[in-house]
Amino acid sequence: MSAVQDTLQALRRSIAAIEPAASETGRRFTCGAPAVDGLLGGGFLRAAVHEIFAHEEADAGAAAGLAAALAARAAADDRRVVWVRQGFSVAETGALHAPGLAALGLDPGLLVVVTGPDATCVLQAGAEALRCPALGAVVIEPWGDPKSLDLTASRRLALAAEQSGVPALLLRIAATPRPSAAATRWSAAAAPSRPLAANAPGHPAFDITLLRHRAGLEGRRWRLEWHREHRLFREPAPLSRPVVPLPAGRPAAPDLAPLARTG
Amino acid sequence: MLGLTPGLTLADARARIPHLVAVDMDRAADAALLARLADWCDRYTPLVTVEEPDGLVLDITGCVHLFAGEAGLRRTVMQGLARGGLTVRGSVAGTPQAAAALARFGRKALGRHDIVPPGEEEMAVRPLPAAALGVSPEVLLALTRAGLKTVGDLAERPRAPLATRFGADLPVRLARILGQEDIGISPRRPLPPCLVERRFAEPVAREEDIDAALAGLAHRAGRILAERGEGGRRFEAAFFRADGRVTRLAVATGRPARDAAVVMRLFRERLAALADPLDPGFGFDLLRLAVTACEPLGESQVSLDGRTVEDEEVAALVDRLGARFGAAAVLRPAFVDTHIPERAVRMVPAALDDDGTAPPCGWPVERPADPPARPVHLFDPPQPIEALAEVPDGPPLRFRWRRVLHEIARAEGPERIAPEWWRDEAGEEPTRDYYRVEDARGRRFWVFRQGLFGEAPAPRWFLHGIFA
Repeated sequence: MSAVQDTLQALRRSIAAIEPAASETGRRFTCGAPAVDGLLGGGFLRAAVHEIFAHEEADAGAAAGLAAALAARAAADDRRVVWVRQGFSVAETGALHAPGLAALGLDPGLLVVVTGPDATCVLQAGAEALRCPALGAVVIEPWGDPKSLDLTASRRLALAAEQSGVPALLLRIAATPRPSAAATRWSAAAAPSRPLAANAPGHPAFDITLLRHRAGLEGRRWRLEWHREHRLFREPAPLSRPVVPLPAGRPAAPDLAPLARTG
Repeated sequence: MLGLTPGLTLADARARIPHLVAVDMDRAADAALLARLADWCDRYTPLVTVEEPDGLVLDITGCVHLFAGEAGLRRTVMQGLARGGLTVRGSVAGTPQAAAALARFGRKALGRHDIVPPGEEEMAVRPLPAAALGVSPEVLLALTRAGLKTVGDLAERPRAPLATRFGADLPVRLARILGQEDIGISPRRPLPPCLVERRFAEPVAREEDIDAALAGLAHRAGRILAERGEGGRRFEAAFFRADGRVTRLAVATGRPARDAAVVMRLFRERLAALADPLDPGFGFDLLRLAVTACEPLGESQVSLDGRTVEDEEVAALVDRLGARFGAAAVLRPAFVDTHIPERAVRMVPAALDDDGTAPPCGWPVERPADPPARPVHLFDPPQPIEALAEVPDGPPLRFRWRRVLHEIARAEGPERIAPEWWRDEAGEEPTRDYYRVEDARGRRFWVFRQGLFGEAPAPRWFLHGIFA
């Protein structure tokens, strides 16, 4: 039994030697919701790749909003943000609208938008930008499941992020999760907002699911609301959780019911 | 030799040579060939100009010592062109006009001068026909009728009567061809402020050698710029292939740069992004690096928070991305003061950042407690949708976009955005009423109704953006 223990200890030590030291002491950026930050061990790792999948193609706006909000959190000290997009994404989901990003709290004056003709170019430009330590965050948005985004490419991005300490947000619209070197993988979907006066749409709300985490914390779901005046995510108060008014004669949307409340 | 001369009619020519093949003149191809030859001549002097339709003028001031004198340079150029299968005549003289006249009209019989020693232009050009002056056919006819057949005949006459009779142009041309006035040439390419080059005894073709040679040139250019206290904003590398083809690559930087490593990184990006890679053929025999735009660059002062260094790193990144993907692909948003959503942002090259060409302007801040009033994604042009809405100005109850039906659960609006009447084309554009809507699944959209109910044409609905 003790031989097994010793072997385990030795293996743990060798793994610790392989793992970059930064992962233990590395700086993190928080999203503002204590439940999420706490579970991730104090926030999102800076020197790492975080994948954000749009739950469905129609959730592209929500996924982009989540990426923009996280980039605004990561670049809070007025560092530049580089957003690399594929030309096809512009045709499918529309161009990035600077006033909308400003309304979310991401200063367009700090934004550099790079448009690549294909996914390979997008990944190349993303890796190039990730190597620049002066940036606050890099958002990389290839469309769909490109062949060029394989495990090697994702490792290349992770390595570049590790060396520069710049967080990479890999925004995946119309894509299916595949093995990658990302530290965390999220699925983002739009969630009904808490209505304001006169039934006006309220603050942006997201249903996010942690699909993959290195420490094995998969499957947790949260509903987060983005408050741009404080630039942070909050979980909506449970009591004031909205009841969606539905048109008469329609069943309730099935998505809303099984929401796990955490933390 | 065949009895054919310029100006002969085709029928006469066919009478002399029955199986003559006649081909139309292709001026564009001739001009392209001449431009290529001018590029090739760049290797002898940076000052080259084209004399339509078939001449090249090279200003060889200060270059001849590299080719063992004027005779050596003339021989090298002529041999090079003759190897290309061209019939060439060339002369060296004090003024471009004298040299051109001697090359075009010089004959053995008239005492041919290939190289005119300084101050002897007049003697050399005197026997040339008056046509060498390059005057219009009418003036030439008038000169011939007056018995002034050679340049020498004209040179002896007083200038004022010549000007009165044949136009003020004639004495000017005469002075230039006689070497009494020199206006130089206007080169095809402006002379760059800094130019370094490297010639190879043997053509080089290996990628590593070319890279190393270019890096050496970048070092030399950097030293020259450092002495002047300047940095380059645009660099142009010219690769002269042994067979005469010249490839030019240019890179631009957002800030003045003279560090060879920075310049080389840009060139490597540029080379990697070439659609068809740099084809060395039988090798390059000359590499030239020109700094085509310079700006003052002092020693940089690092601020206490290290922001200067960071800004420079970002500027260098923008340059690298621009070199690889083109400056049009690396943009930043600039604020435009208008209510029309699709005109509210102008994407400008990110590299212009520090020129002061586009000063940073503040983005309007909405009341922060409200949810965003503008979408994250904007469609341009707006996407047409089928919507069902309350009459006259209610928000849509449901709409269909990309074959998916969205039931609206919440809505806010209308926010009326009228066209800008001061624009010419705005007259026909109907007013737009914008609504922020959220469907039953929580997706938020920005839709608008173009036009009003009860007006012609009937109002149409569009989806303009997607909220987070």
